[in-house]
Amino acid sequence: MIHFVLLISRQGKVRLTKWYSPYSQKERTKVIRELGGVILNRGPKLCNFVDWRGFKVVYKRYASLYFCMCIDQDDNELEVLEIIHHYVEILDRYFGSVCELDLIFNFHKAYYILDELLLAGELQESSKKTVARLIAAQDSLVETAKEQASSISNIIAQATK
Amino acid sequence: MGSQGGFYQSKEFLDLVKSIGEARSKAEEDRIVLSEIETLKRRISEPDTPKRKMKEYIIRLVYVEMLGHDASFGYIHAVKMTHDDTLLVKRTGYLAVTLFLNEDHDLIILIVNTIQKDLKSDNYLVVCVALNAVCKLINEETIPAVLPQIVELLAHPKEAVRKKAIMALHRFYQKSPSSVSHLVSNFRKRLCDNDPGVMGATLCPLFDLITNDVNSYKDLVISFVSILKQVAERRLPKAYDYHQMPAPFIQIKLLKILALLGSGDKQASENMYTVVGDIFRKCDSSSNIGNAILYECICCVSSIYPNPKLLESAADAISRFLKSDSHNLKYMGIDALGRLIKISPEIAEQHQLAVIDCLEDPDDTLKRKTFELLYKMTKSTNVEVIVDRMIDYMISINDNHYKTEIASRCVELAEQFAPSNQWFIQTMNKVFEHAGDLVNIKVAHNLMRLIAEGFGEDDNTADSQLRSSAVESYLYILGEPKLPSVFLQVICWVLGEYGTADGKYSASYITGKLCDVAEAYSNDETVKAYAVTALMKIYAFEIAAGRMVDMLPECHSLMEEFLASHSTDLQQRAYELQAVIGLDAHAVESIMPSDASCEDIEVDKALSFLNGYIQESIEKGAQPYIPESERSGMLNISNFRNQDHHEASSHGLRFEAYELPKQTVQARIPPASLASTELVPVPEPVYPRESYQTTTVPSVSSDAASTELKLRLDGVQKKWGRQTHFPSTSTSNSTSQKTVNGITQVDGSNTANSRTRETYDSRKQVEISPEKQKLAASLFGGPSKTEKKSATGHKSSKPSSHMVKSHAPKSSMEVASEKTSPVQQPPDLLDFGEPTVKSTAPSLDPFKDLEGLLEPTTQVSSAVNHSSTAAVTKSPDIMGLYTETPAGAHHKDSDILSGLSNSPMTNMVGGTTTMQVAQTSKSPNLKDSLEKDALVRQMGVTPSSQNPNLFKDLLG
Repeated sequence: MIHFVLLISRQGKVRLTKWYSPYSQKERTKVIRELGGVILNRGPKLCNFVDWRGFKVVYKRYASLYFCMCIDQDDNELEVLEIIHHYVEILDRYFGSVCELDLIFNFHKAYYILDELLLAGELQESSKKTVARLIAAQDSLVETAKEQASSISNIIAQATK
Repeated sequence: MGSQGGFYQSKEFLDLVKSIGEARSKAEEDRIVLSEIETLKRRISEPDTPKRKMKEYIIRLVYVEMLGHDASFGYIHAVKMTHDDTLLVKRTGYLAVTLFLNEDHDLIILIVNTIQKDLKSDNYLVVCVALNAVCKLINEETIPAVLPQIVELLAHPKEAVRKKAIMALHRFYQKSPSSVSHLVSNFRKRLCDNDPGVMGATLCPLFDLITNDVNSYKDLVISFVSILKQVAERRLPKAYDYHQMPAPFIQIKLLKILALLGSGDKQASENMYTVVGDIFRKCDSSSNIGNAILYECICCVSSIYPNPKLLESAADAISRFLKSDSHNLKYMGIDALGRLIKISPEIAEQHQLAVIDCLEDPDDTLKRKTFELLYKMTKSTNVEVIVDRMIDYMISINDNHYKTEIASRCVELAEQFAPSNQWFIQTMNKVFEHAGDLVNIKVAHNLMRLIAEGFGEDDNTADSQLRSSAVESYLYILGEPKLPSVFLQVICWVLGEYGTADGKYSASYITGKLCDVAEAYSNDETVKAYAVTALMKIYAFEIAAGRMVDMLPECHSLMEEFLASHSTDLQQRAYELQAVIGLDAHAVESIMPSDASCEDIEVDKALSFLNGYIQESIEKGAQPYIPESERSGMLNISNFRNQDHHEASSHGLRFEAYELPKQTVQARIPPASLASTELVPVPEPVYPRESYQTTTVPSVSSDAASTELKLRLDGVQKKWGRQTHFPSTSTSNSTSQKTVNGITQVDGSNTANSRTRETYDSRKQVEISPEKQKLAASLFGGPSKTEKKSATGHKSSKPSSHMVKSHAPKSSMEVASEKTSPVQQPPDLLDFGEPTVKSTAPSLDPFKDLEGLLEPTTQVSSAVNHSSTAAVTKSPDIMGLYTETPAGAHHKDSDILSGLSNSPMTNMVGGTTTMQVAQTSKSPNLKDSLEKDALVRQMGVTPSSQNPNLFKDLLG
């Protein structure tokens, strides 16, 4: 089971956190600090797994972002590595060559996508197409609102030129 | 699709994110966030905030909380938002509550109602959103409120809903297995769902159910096997392919389930052999996902009833993993080896050098995994090398969690396989010295008990030798500046019990040392208590032996201090010491007999000697004792601290009317049985209150040991003292049949070595250093020797590993001398999934791309190999343009860029083909990111020059 998902930038900034097991706010901060320290300092050629408090944390670096997932001792690390990659590919498809900035400003969308991929700490859907279709369906329902927002952002853009 | 990536938040929010992004210190960031919290607090509670605004505020709250600040003031607004009618707003509300609240939060109860309503919605998207929330928020108490609706949703026409309903039930099962136990048939039915996604999701709850009760699901073996077969034969829709493997995540889940079902069941396993064998054959070991499946196959094969053919395939896969340059694969290989070794122990031998490489790798994760493997393959022949290695590593790390684990493993192995008493004591000393505060207190008691009881045989000289050596080593260790409390307790106890036993050390020397301990660790009361008791024992033995007791001056001052101590326990002990010293030799001998810590002590649990006293008191009008079971109005909480209970009952208020006084007064005996055993154990510094008991218990810990510390000692005793005879299990050396030690063993391990070296070297062409060979011989070469030496004494029968150490490497020395830099030659540890040759088509592989992004220069240089040099010289310029281009120049640049990234395509080498799909969709995306860049600039967010990374494609 996946206990939590963390996205941390190379500078140690948190970009996304999702907790599938109960952690208090205090524990969360501590976990992030602890793991950030461990993972960000690991060399590039070491393996992508870290032992941590009896769990295993699988991480992968994409450009300046670290994607981390905490799993149980008997889970398959290589599989989790691919789940991370699967998620990144879906993000990439959705945002169109996704970059860290997309996730900074649209972190809620990254959450929605994650919710279609993982549920209750397990992979619920392994088909990219299905995830994309569901997200698209949700987006189409809010199309009108989006247009509205889009025009607002144009106004802002005009104003700040 | 790039249009979906636009930014639709207000300028305010963008500014917030931007300023946080540019904050130079944590303090600055905190200041910004705190002022944001103030703003949000004010705005969010304003009446008539438009929904759209409100939605943004909630998202900003999520952001604030993500950065580790408290946003609890806004939780209620997020809860309110879930009530909204429009999906857009509702979805945001649900997202926020699932992120904010844990399942035990008070606000959950306010959401349950909304969830119930939403689960009934006509719009399947609303139902989906509600189901997502169910998985996170519904707790054991609220399960019944939504359960019936969720069961209904299992038949929903939309597969997304069915899938999420299954996952919700899975979550319920984890939280409260009984709540869904009647729904097992539904899970079975969903296994045959038309939609592969729903089927895949159903495997999650089934895996849990099968883990808990294998036997009820044996009938499903055939179904699982046939599903797996169909998946492997690509019968599922193309959409489930991942990197050209057919539905790998489903395959892995199925293999996990089969491993459970086939474990120890020959019949069930036979059904699986064909399909698992097929998957072994079909798996593409050049891609990461292929290796993930291979690994799962190995796990499955090592769990089900063994099949020689499959074991062979598994061994092949393992050796491929171990020979790989990727650390990830080595790690998986070591793990898999640990699994397979249980079934075919001989497999370890051919990988010994690879294992040692991993053991000496700078990567901690890999090292730990290897220690786990060594732990699994420890025998009495290699225990010394392994435990020594473990202890060295234990000393070198700071991670307390792991330190505890490895310390307890050392202790476990030492107890099970110790070749000699000396070694055992030394090992335990090291463990205690470096991880004493982390090991279980029982381990310490165990050690004391072992020293006290000796090792089972009637060999008293060996026992006393052991004790003397323990005393000696402890006196030496006491010179160390800082020792863990637990270790000091052991030291004090042993010194008290055996410090003067062999006559080597005088009483004043030992007592001096004990006083030093008590002074040096003056804030550790437990240690002080141990020290005082040890002092008392030493003096008692002296008195009993008829010698004059001459208390050291420092001991006197210590006693004075303890007599006035705040700790009643210390006071008690000090007074006892005083009392003992004043007694004559005969009395002292009977209360503190020498070396009697193992003698059984007769405890009169009924305390019959008190009968007269009780009778007397009752006649004077005292209340008779009522046993707890007969007392009314008292909760039967527990019998822990029986005495306190008793006091409580006599002082507490009574709620019933007083009974009529009875005529016949019966003398009851207080049930002190529990109290008497409970007062004795060592760990608690509580000392008996009644002086009767203190006198009947001469040595505190011996009794403790006999009452509660029944650890794995039985096994230990059997192994101890006598050298265990190991029949030769290895087929590698037929030469080692001679009975004499030394030379033969060296032969044996050398043949094993050279043989394996051939296979190992033929591929790697690396010379192996003599140290490594030595280690390999002592780790793996051991089991082949036959040990017929009579156990004359522990020292003389040291296992051969030492001999091997000194002789074995000689043969390899010549080889190694040719090259002096053999061991640490760093191989190209590229990421897995990459071609082994570094220069092949780097930009085709997303993984590689990422590495390139870290250091743009390396990417460029690797690109040289493929694209024309002209393109390369340009590329740095393009990089520069990329961050600074005005919007107008997009097209030209992106063309060049895409040209650059396209050119290596022709050089594609086998093994990277899997990435082709991802790559082809990549090149036009550069345009997207440039547009994005421009858009962000329009929005007023200028990327700071420090962090251009933000714009880099995650996938390259």
